[in-house]
Amino acid sequence: MDYRPEVISKLSAMFNAGHGTFLKDSPELFNRHREKAFNDFLRLGIPDRKNEAYKYTNLEKFLNYQYQDYFFPLPSDFREAERFHCEVEDLNVWNMVLLNGFFPHGEDGLVMLPGGIWVGSMKAAVRQFPSLVEKHYNRYVEDGTDGLIPLNTALASDGLFLYAPKNTVYTKPIQIVNLLHSDKDIFVQDRNLIIVEEGAQLSLLSCDHSISPRRFLTNTITEVYVGRNARFDIIRVQNQHDNSGKITHTFIHQERDSYASSNNISLHGGLVRNATWHYLGGENSETHSYGLFLADKDQHIANFVKVDHVAPNCNSTQLFKGVLDDNSSGAFNGRIMVHKDAQKTNAYQSNNNIILSDTARMDTKPQLEIYADDVRCSHGATVGQLDENALFYLRSRGIDVHEARLMLMFGFAHEVIKKISIEALRDRIDDLVQKRLRGELSRCASCAVQCN
Amino acid sequence: MKSEFLLQIKDLKASIDNKSIIKGLSLEVKPGEIHAIMGPNGSGKSTLANVLTGRDLVTVTDGSVTFEGRNLLDMSPEERAREGIFLSFQYPIEIPGVSMVNFMKTAINEQRKHRGLEPLSASEFLSQMREKKELVEIDSALTNRSVNEGFSGGEKKKNEIFQMAMLEPRLALLDETDSGLDIDALRIVANGVNKIRSADTSVIVITHYQRLLDYIIPDFVHVMFDGRIVKSAGPELALELEKRGYDWIRKEADIAEESWITDRKL
Repeated sequence: MDYRPEVISKLSAMFNAGHGTFLKDSPELFNRHREKAFNDFLRLGIPDRKNEAYKYTNLEKFLNYQYQDYFFPLPSDFREAERFHCEVEDLNVWNMVLLNGFFPHGEDGLVMLPGGIWVGSMKAAVRQFPSLVEKHYNRYVEDGTDGLIPLNTALASDGLFLYAPKNTVYTKPIQIVNLLHSDKDIFVQDRNLIIVEEGAQLSLLSCDHSISPRRFLTNTITEVYVGRNARFDIIRVQNQHDNSGKITHTFIHQERDSYASSNNISLHGGLVRNATWHYLGGENSETHSYGLFLADKDQHIANFVKVDHVAPNCNSTQLFKGVLDDNSSGAFNGRIMVHKDAQKTNAYQSNNNIILSDTARMDTKPQLEIYADDVRCSHGATVGQLDENALFYLRSRGIDVHEARLMLMFGFAHEVIKKISIEALRDRIDDLVQKRLRGELSRCASCAVQCN
Repeated sequence: MKSEFLLQIKDLKASIDNKSIIKGLSLEVKPGEIHAIMGPNGSGKSTLANVLTGRDLVTVTDGSVTFEGRNLLDMSPEERAREGIFLSFQYPIEIPGVSMVNFMKTAINEQRKHRGLEPLSASEFLSQMREKKELVEIDSALTNRSVNEGFSGGEKKKNEIFQMAMLEPRLALLDETDSGLDIDALRIVANGVNKIRSADTSVIVITHYQRLLDYIIPDFVHVMFDGRIVKSAGPELALELEKRGYDWIRKEADIAEESWITDRKL
């Protein structure tokens, strides 16, 4: 039986009741988009497997669940959240915690970092930079088939705002810890906006953790504007317990001569689906999409990528890897779209997966759509076991077969990890992935939850 | 009971995918000896190396192999390595993402554990790396990379000898280590082998050509045909083979013309 009508009617009830609660407490700009967005959601519905982009991803387990009402944080919630301490040593970053999609200091939560970069809550940003936010908010979202995208626009009230004005550079990465912490089961909708203006540079490290043993579902939109000659990097480290679902939609819009990269490292989480859109709207731009996931038990991890080559002379790469064990499943759905005028495009896509058990499953769908005639594009996907020749080579040097397998898996994963530009983080991810592959990380860092 | 032989192969028969490759081979190697095994393509030389290192694509159907008096065929590939058997691969494998340093450190410490020794400290390990790198004149940059990744043919072979020097085996099998090497690389590889030679270390050199044997002087030269050793002699045999080819051996050993031709095609 289709679970969706009931879920949609519950969400409708919540949306209608919301007029009294979250509408009152939200920026007017957000409220202005809600009605249309919710109607779009009702029209599109919750994506099911008939939707190409969700063909191999079943959302039912996480969407067909009675989450307790919409979450608004109390000051006491934040006091607990602020005790959270990132375990990565020597990580020279500027750090802030978001609790269930909200910034701790509400409308005052906007600070300027050395160099002139602003970071803080969307709520505060709408007040301080109304015309700037209005110019970019909800401008880069696309895909008229996924109802979860307008659902976020309809329900979100806060999230991260990052603003690097023209020619500003912040040399340290900015780390945002997205904490899930509640004594209720909650459905989180956070809405992030990142603006990197002409000539500016910014790198964002976004870490997901869940610290209480409840059920969580997060539906996140992140819109990114990368101006002329600007540079933006985002690294996500997803480390939530297996009773949480995390769905992200990231839209990266690039102007000419710009550079952007995205790297999604998914270590834990019952359901993770990362959708990343790269829009190369200006000439001579470069964009990279990377992803690595390690799945076991009943986890499902999906990566959806779309790279739009709209302007000529742009380069893009996609490199996604997965290691699947037990009953886990994974999906990769990547598309390179080269538009008519995007001559001299270089676009590469590669998806490689290792299956460790008879019951794990990986579906991969690399796609290439080309409407220009002078381009270089390639794509490929593999699903397989470990290389027997390499395994024997390691064993022939005295390395135990079990250890040799781990080394090969780790080597496989490291090709994505080495793309991380923050050295301390790269070492830490190396370490986490090693521990994860060795089964020493049955629970996530800093997580008190003993989830199964 | 400790055997006077390091390696003793008795009437070995082995097959791959039910096709018989080694058809009754015997060989005895004492500590410190260097043996060369020569022979045309398809005579079973590399299969012999695979049997000795425990590659599971080869099935031993008969005969015995003992290493220091113990049944080698019962041991896993990693046990054999820890006991002191080393194979320099004909085609070394590229392993992206696995660093040379981590690979060697793991290998050395697994071997030390097997011998009841403490793991090497980081500084001990690094100084050993340095020393052995000089021995085989291998570029430092190479050992900072992933195992064999992007190495040239010659670099890969040098890297095999470097690993051999690190692991200090009791028995080294060099499977066509000379193939694809220019004369300088050949000299370096041979020097590396000669430097780790000792009264304890034995070497089996598998090769088509005599030229490596100009540098690594064997005590015995064996000629393999159709899965058997058909002639054994001193180092002068290699020179004679270089001059006269393999045909006269075939005649002398009275091997059926057909089987020789069939094997050459393989």
